[in-house]
Amino acid sequence: MENLKKNPLSLHLNVDDFMPATNDEKQSLVVMRESVNFWKDGLRRLRKNKIAMVSLVVIILIAIFAYVLPAVWPYGYDEQIKYSENLAPFEYSEKELARIAEGESVFPHILGTDRSGRDFAVRLMMGTRVSLSVGLLASVLVLLIGATYGAISAFAGGWVDIIMMRITDILYTIPDILLIILLGMALKDPLEAISQQPGFGWMQKLGPNMISIFIIFALLYWVSMARIVRSQVLTLKESEYVTAARALGASSGRIIKRHLLTNCIGTLIVTTTLQIPSSIFTESYLSFLGLGVAAPMPSLGSLATDAVKGMNTYPHLLLAPALMISVMILVFNLFGDGLRDAFDPKLKN
Amino acid sequence: MAKYVIKRVAMGIFSVFIVATLTFFIMNLVPGGPFVSEKSISAAAQQALNEKYGLDKPLGVQYVNYMSSLLHGDMGLSLKQRGRTVNQIIAEKLPVSCRTAGIAVAVALCLGIPMGCFSAYNRGKWADNIIIVLATCGIAIPSFISSVLLLYTFGMNLKLLPTVGLNEPAAYIMPVTALAIYPTAYITRLMRSSLLDVMGQDYMRTARAKGVSSVKILFKHALRNAILPVVTYVGPMLAALMTGSFVVEKIFTIPGLGRDFVSAITNRDYTLIMGTTILLATMVIIANVIVDILYKIIDPRIKLK
Repeated sequence: MENLKKNPLSLHLNVDDFMPATNDEKQSLVVMRESVNFWKDGLRRLRKNKIAMVSLVVIILIAIFAYVLPAVWPYGYDEQIKYSENLAPFEYSEKELARIAEGESVFPHILGTDRSGRDFAVRLMMGTRVSLSVGLLASVLVLLIGATYGAISAFAGGWVDIIMMRITDILYTIPDILLIILLGMALKDPLEAISQQPGFGWMQKLGPNMISIFIIFALLYWVSMARIVRSQVLTLKESEYVTAARALGASSGRIIKRHLLTNCIGTLIVTTTLQIPSSIFTESYLSFLGLGVAAPMPSLGSLATDAVKGMNTYPHLLLAPALMISVMILVFNLFGDGLRDAFDPKLKN
Repeated sequence: MAKYVIKRVAMGIFSVFIVATLTFFIMNLVPGGPFVSEKSISAAAQQALNEKYGLDKPLGVQYVNYMSSLLHGDMGLSLKQRGRTVNQIIAEKLPVSCRTAGIAVAVALCLGIPMGCFSAYNRGKWADNIIIVLATCGIAIPSFISSVLLLYTFGMNLKLLPTVGLNEPAAYIMPVTALAIYPTAYITRLMRSSLLDVMGQDYMRTARAKGVSSVKILFKHALRNAILPVVTYVGPMLAALMTGSFVVEKIFTIPGLGRDFVSAITNRDYTLIMGTTILLATMVIIANVIVDILYKIIDPRIKLK
């Protein structure tokens, strides 16, 4: 082509302009960006939300504090150390001082000890573990029951819907505390009997009391979840893909599972996350009434309640669990709010 | 309007009836009974007590008896607080709980609504951030913790406020604060978000374009539309607080209804449980009817069905 010399006066076009484009050039002209699906979109928004990310970090730290640290801590949560009762934070008992003088290293009681001589830091960790487990497990149970109930109610429609919703209305009107205490009484004996049976050793370990709390929470708090799911499914079930699925012969169960519930997953995640702090809240409140997790297993609520009696002399025993409960409820609320901003389509922009 | 109210009241009475029936049977189905746990009582005495209160009859008969005396306004004798009727207990304890709850809700409204508005008007500025952080903390702290901390700081450490009972006006400060923290925080958040929503509406721009003064816009257009969610929240909340908050009453030793309710449940004081449950359900239903009527007054576009 070089030999085609261009006459400056000629109207010949520049031949180079008509060469086929290289792959690099083609690439630069592609305007499509990577497709963004529901998850990526939501996660991107979530990552931008500073408060939610900080809350997530705090949640992870609390989880490590509750589930990992007790295993490596030198004291046990129900281990009573003699002559070390009622120590202030970082204080040593005379016996321990003597051991230190002998050259032994004694792990400090970072938060002191309680009136039975138990290291309070590890009790706080175990309490956090119990409260967190109650919060997480109860929320999962609430999710399972509430989502199924709500979806069936909305999908069936008609009189089934009416009856199912009236049942939730009635459950809503009876005072919580009445049902909680009565159910707790009713469940106590059968659960203890079951936990004595062979094969139910894990129940003994967990405490029948704690299992009854799970059951009570699951039975009581699915109502609002069911209502939220129902309202979502009511709109979703009119959509074309449900009609299409039905035309293809999908069963009702499959439509609910594969299409309806998967499409309100954003709401489900958000509501479940926001259920966690309220479960923690209720458990601590129950412990305050003396109906929570049984001794020697501590929960944050029972730790705080025990400390109330001696709060004049040992305020830190009250402040530490109180602060822990508040921080946990706070971060889960903030993280749940962040999730809602990220995943709830109504709140986009 | 009158027709609507009558319809709602009729439905309400029916709901109370359902709640009462359910409570009655649930309560009786749970193993144990009012006099079972008292070991000092001999079997014969237990029998006599059961006969005295009609607990030896079949459940159906007991239910009919209770309901017919309830229709006459008689809630029966308390099983545990000997010699006192449930009506007497409620008449004595309810005013105490109502007074503290009323003051607490008034405080919550007086603080929450202005703070929410202020925060919405200063969206994104530091004042807004501070209010939001405070409100979120207020929601996160359980009432038993805030009550105990208040008691510890102001009652025991600084010795500024009385710690027991409600014998002087200053004694109201701590319990009311403890009760008001959560609703204040909640109302602030609710008010902020609903006002932000309203401020984005077209009629607000129109009003501003017409040159309406900003004070008039706030009170005539913005607040009136934004306050509806707050009204919805406050109604049932007030009803629940009026029947007593167990935790706050226990910590500050206030002779209110909440403590009696919880101890009635643990002691299986059947008549008192029924009395307080019916009272609570009635108050919630009345509160909801009042909320609906207020809706109509605040926003005349709403049609009551």
